[in-house]
Amino acid sequence: MKKVILILEDGSAYEGYRFGFEEEAYGEVVFNTSMAGYQEMLTDPSYAGQIVVPTYPLIGNYGINNEDIESRRIQVRGFVVREDCPTPSHSGSISTLHEYLNSNGIPGINGVDTRALTRRLRSAGVMMGMITSDSPEGALERLRGLPRYDNIDFVTRVTTEAAYQWEPQGYDPAASYHIVVVDCGVKYSILRILSSMGCALTVVPSNTPAEYILDMRPDGIVLSPGPGDPALPYLEETVRKLIGKKPIMGICLGHQLIGRAFGGKTFKLKFGHRGGNHPVLDLATGRVHITAQNHGYAVDADSLSHTGLEVSHINLNDGTVEGLRHQELPILAIQYHSEASPGPKDTVNSFERFLEMVRGQ
Amino acid sequence: MSKVSKVLVIGSGPIIIGQAAEFDYAGTQACKALREEGVTSVLVNSNPATIMTDEGIADIVYIEPLTVEVVERIIARERPDGLLPTLGGQTGLNLAVDLADAGVLDKYNVRSLGTPIETIRKAEDRAFFKKTMADIGEPIPQSTTVTSLDEARAVAAELGFPLVVRPAYTLGGTGGGIVNDMEEMERIVSGGLRASPIGQVLLERCLLGWKEIEYEVMRDGADNCITVCNMENIDPMGVHTGDSIVVAPSQTLTDKEYQMLRSASINIIRALGIEGGCNIQFALVPCPLVGEAWGVKSYDNQYYVIEVNPRVSRSSALASKATGYPIARVAAKIAVGKRLDEIPNRVTGKTTAAFEPALDYCVVKIPRWPFDKFASGDRNIGTQMKATGEVMAIDRSFEAALQKAVRSLEMGGKSLLWEDHHWGEGSYPLEPNDLRAWAIMAAIRRGASPEELSRRTGIDPWFMYRFQNIIDMERRLLSEPLIPDLLWQAKRLGFSDEQTGTLADRLPEQVRGLRKKWGIRPVYKMVDTCAAEFAAETPYFYSTYERENEAEPIEEPSTIVIGSGPIRIGQGIEFDYCSVHSAWALQAAGTKSIMVNSNPETVSTDFDTSDRLYFEPLDEESLRDIAENEAGRGGMPPSIVQFGGQTAINLAEPIVRGGLSIIGSSIEAIDLAEDRHRFEDFLDHLGIPQPPGSAVREVEDALSVAELIGYPVLLRPSYVLGGRAMEIIHSPRELARYMSMAAEVGGGHPILIDKYLEGKEVEVDAVCDGERVLIPGIMEHIERAGVHSGDSMAIYPGLSLSEREVETIVEYTIRIGLTLKVKGLMNIQYVIMPDGDTSTVYVLEVNPRASRTVPFISKVTGVPMVRIATHVMLGKSLKEQGYETGLWKRQKLVGIKAPVFSMSKLMGVDTYLSPEMKSTGEVMGVDYSFNAALVKALSAAGLMLPPGGSILLSIADKDKPEALPIIKMLSSVGYKLYATEGTTEMIEAVDIPVKSMSKKLSEGHPNVVDIILDGTVDGVVNTLSGELTPLRDGFEIRRAAAEKRIPCFTSLDTARAAVDALVNGSQMYTIQPLGDYLRGSKRG
Repeated sequence: MKKVILILEDGSAYEGYRFGFEEEAYGEVVFNTSMAGYQEMLTDPSYAGQIVVPTYPLIGNYGINNEDIESRRIQVRGFVVREDCPTPSHSGSISTLHEYLNSNGIPGINGVDTRALTRRLRSAGVMMGMITSDSPEGALERLRGLPRYDNIDFVTRVTTEAAYQWEPQGYDPAASYHIVVVDCGVKYSILRILSSMGCALTVVPSNTPAEYILDMRPDGIVLSPGPGDPALPYLEETVRKLIGKKPIMGICLGHQLIGRAFGGKTFKLKFGHRGGNHPVLDLATGRVHITAQNHGYAVDADSLSHTGLEVSHINLNDGTVEGLRHQELPILAIQYHSEASPGPKDTVNSFERFLEMVRGQ
Repeated sequence: MSKVSKVLVIGSGPIIIGQAAEFDYAGTQACKALREEGVTSVLVNSNPATIMTDEGIADIVYIEPLTVEVVERIIARERPDGLLPTLGGQTGLNLAVDLADAGVLDKYNVRSLGTPIETIRKAEDRAFFKKTMADIGEPIPQSTTVTSLDEARAVAAELGFPLVVRPAYTLGGTGGGIVNDMEEMERIVSGGLRASPIGQVLLERCLLGWKEIEYEVMRDGADNCITVCNMENIDPMGVHTGDSIVVAPSQTLTDKEYQMLRSASINIIRALGIEGGCNIQFALVPCPLVGEAWGVKSYDNQYYVIEVNPRVSRSSALASKATGYPIARVAAKIAVGKRLDEIPNRVTGKTTAAFEPALDYCVVKIPRWPFDKFASGDRNIGTQMKATGEVMAIDRSFEAALQKAVRSLEMGGKSLLWEDHHWGEGSYPLEPNDLRAWAIMAAIRRGASPEELSRRTGIDPWFMYRFQNIIDMERRLLSEPLIPDLLWQAKRLGFSDEQTGTLADRLPEQVRGLRKKWGIRPVYKMVDTCAAEFAAETPYFYSTYERENEAEPIEEPSTIVIGSGPIRIGQGIEFDYCSVHSAWALQAAGTKSIMVNSNPETVSTDFDTSDRLYFEPLDEESLRDIAENEAGRGGMPPSIVQFGGQTAINLAEPIVRGGLSIIGSSIEAIDLAEDRHRFEDFLDHLGIPQPPGSAVREVEDALSVAELIGYPVLLRPSYVLGGRAMEIIHSPRELARYMSMAAEVGGGHPILIDKYLEGKEVEVDAVCDGERVLIPGIMEHIERAGVHSGDSMAIYPGLSLSEREVETIVEYTIRIGLTLKVKGLMNIQYVIMPDGDTSTVYVLEVNPRASRTVPFISKVTGVPMVRIATHVMLGKSLKEQGYETGLWKRQKLVGIKAPVFSMSKLMGVDTYLSPEMKSTGEVMGVDYSFNAALVKALSAAGLMLPPGGSILLSIADKDKPEALPIIKMLSSVGYKLYATEGTTEMIEAVDIPVKSMSKKLSEGHPNVVDIILDGTVDGVVNTLSGELTPLRDGFEIRRAAAEKRIPCFTSLDTARAAVDALVNGSQMYTIQPLGDYLRGSKRG
């Protein structure tokens, strides 16, 4: 077992052993509190540019399968675990976590006191880090010279290169709607759910102009989740042009883009919301839903006055915005992940609500 | 819905198998929560050894039998507007249904809070349940309910074998089981029909080999739902979850499977309309390796719903401790109208109860079975629970959590290295039984592959690979030099210093020395409900070998309270009661309390009971590590060893040797009381008589001592618990047999042999400060000496004692306390032998620690013994606390403590009373007269004979003269008598009508067993001749009575009391709060 460290930009170092692909990795270090669903996490495009730390210590128990895949490749930069399981057990398992990371060229570090690391990130905020066999001093110096996560447009790196169709399962032309999904880092689960509800989907690259999208004659538009800072002028521009034309659903980054397109502001959270246990209060009904979340930025509620948007959902833990609605237009924006995967499916009816808007237009 | 202002909480009664301390924990939390909400709580429970029945928890406390009649009188008196039926286990649930059926709830306009009565019926009544699940599309295994054997035969023919038999409305799977053929089915179903209060059982397709997964779900009145956690049983379907090794969270489920079952759980709790907590059990399709071996080839569904408990349960106590989420507290608040998001999460202090805990550790629970005491019991486990208690351990790896849990079991130092020397190559007991984990380890050690063992046992390979990891480390420790990295890796897999030493050829102390030298020490991490996402204030810690320590030493003066570990026979909830009170007393005295315990069911392991909680095994290594971790400026904090039963007292010597200090009675005093020779000299010196006897190691010595003092003699190993292996011996032949058996149990300690004195037994608990000795009360046993004090009925005050006897007992107690320099609690057992006109008082035993009667005597005298004792240990004298030497003023009430047994759960275990303790719990009857208190104690213990009933008598020759008056009394009140041949002769000789029954089971029907099982008789009196060999004679009779759950008296003393109560005890007993009895006020 080869000793390596995870070093953070504040100089704190965490010892462990190399697993996965033998290479250095750097990125923004974030933790996720879900106790299962590591394969979905690894393949979630919203983790592009990040080194992910599951807080649950035993990772890889059920191996890697053909189903729990959320995009075409592993998206995380690196994976930090207390213990990775070399001997998984599950009917669907086709390889171990180590083999999966290794064959996809993703480095990992195991044996880490991930709780100590999480406590650090929680109190100091997320920061850049590096998995390396270098000395802490040398690594730190190099780390400080590397580009920062916040300054990179990861959306263009994860979006599809060309538009593609995702046909509904059990296609029924009569019940079918055509939905265009703007891929900022879409998870397959979103496509699977909409498809199972009878939607024909066209997935388009994130830089697709609004006019092209409207030319596809969609019944509705979905702005997908995705990685990084939502301050992306070209996307805000696209969204602005789509507003009012068709019903729009924004999820996570898509939600933030809607906020920004209407003139709202977004800000970076200290350590984000990443996990499957986040309580969200629906302000209209007073009901609480447990949601899956994965976001480092949030919409600033105070910036929404005179935008026509109002806050529909808040996070019960810290009161931040978790959902927006428009006073007149058919817009549904959620900061949390109704598609779950990983996480609870309690809010899967968000998609149904969106389709109601589509039907009602 | 109007807001409730006064709520009746039903407790769970005595500790029995399947219903242990978890309900004291739940009830205590609930009463505290109600108080916070401004709701008045009225509590009724028959179990005095509970925290919930103490002042300061509920507003009004009744210690009365849990019967419809009694609770109706309480409702009539208190007029509560709500009833919380879901916190008292199956007992509370059943009683709530009975109250509803009897029209009591309607009559007094009492609303069932949290769970509607209709829901209880739906979840418990199999036919209702089946329909409800079908309506919401949740799959359940194919099944049919039956109410007769004929129906059962037809159903079995249709469904095929194997089948699961599940009686409706029973606890811990009582009366159920898995059946593989028609004959077995008939036997179990007829038992199940008897066990079910509504005579209904379910025959269900058996999902043997499927994974068993549980979810704990909460729902509030606004329909918000959360799951607290899920748990995976390592043992697959077929083993009761209470008897399974359980891990939390699930380890082998993908997120999709996890969420599938989570969604189903929420679907179910909504359909049932539960407002509060609920436990749901699922069967999930196993991995192909197991599936193929267990015939799970094709299946219609990926999962099935197996069972729903619409109440807090053992599992919810475990889930609360495993996550830090207080289920009972939240359930109580929901019941009085709070929404989840209105209830603060006190662990984080920032978030609310509307969230789902995230764990960043692994939790392992292992049941504690009573087979160390019941060697003759059937050790196989199945759908009927047999464990008396459980332990839990937390760590950052599964292997370490498992190994710490094994240490916590306190099975005489049995680590996973232990192997039974009877096990041979290929003959490891891999079927479900209490030793299976050890058998698996042994098999892997001999080269069995994890896959092969998975196929054999149905346990998922993931767990087998973890077992394999432990064995791999064993091999490394055996073969490689012990260097820092290897030791670090071993500690991370949970190897104790002792285990490591055994393998690496070092003494445990040397391993500890190496650890110190190399800086390998445990750190302590917090259980914070949120995987460190938020800063938490909770003082709840577990040890692990990682980098960062979160438990900085408490800088204020602090003291460690050593808890009592898992509930087992002989060491029950009473010691948790003592530990909790000690922690509170420390806080009241301005000292921070640090609790160490391994039992997830208890109040002591609630995170807000003490200033700091370490959830750890109770052994030398973990206590020394904790004390060192707590060593702040003032050095290591001292420990209190008096309140944690034998567990804590046995730790006194090793921890003091390890450099820790204890407060309270010294090691010297503890040792003197346990060391036979020194104790004999000590009493001789004081001139206090004791039964003649000696401590021996060899058979020859035992025989000559017995010859000298004369048979019968009483034998027991020293340093054991609950009269373990204690026997009355009548002949040299039996003595020789005993000595060879005891060599195994005693662990090298000598065997004590005493003259057996069959006199009146008296017990005293006292508090001493070195200068004064306070005796709150004297208890007299109903059964004469020879029955273990834990199995005896005890009366306060000692009603039949002469003034001179009382004086002698008080004087001896004071003298012993002062001379032993006891600081804190002490318990002394006496026997009084008539001696012409006068009598002699002998000392049987002195225990310089809290006894199991401390809660009882504290409650009936109003003297808070544990608090006083704790203050004494901190240096505040009795005088300073306002107490004088001598016997505390006699109360006007009479309190009777009665034992409760769990014999219907333990097949193959004989039920007769002996010096070896067999009861699992106790109840208390309290009133102003002996008869009324007796009626209450007997009815709470299920020992009351119904009026105008029938009884079976089988009396040993030596007891016949004494039995005659009892028999005459029974006959005089119209009892119909049945008797075995010899007993019939005696009864006919005095012209009392009696029907003779054959004892010989093979010679025609009906025989003695038939008339028990078919309900002809309502009770049994069966005494033993004394010789052990004819014991088998009455065995079938006693087992039949246990299974039929009718009183079976094996001591004439108990029988006499029961008949007295039947004849003289009127129904004119008082029902009032406990405090009113103490004040002597009488109304209502």
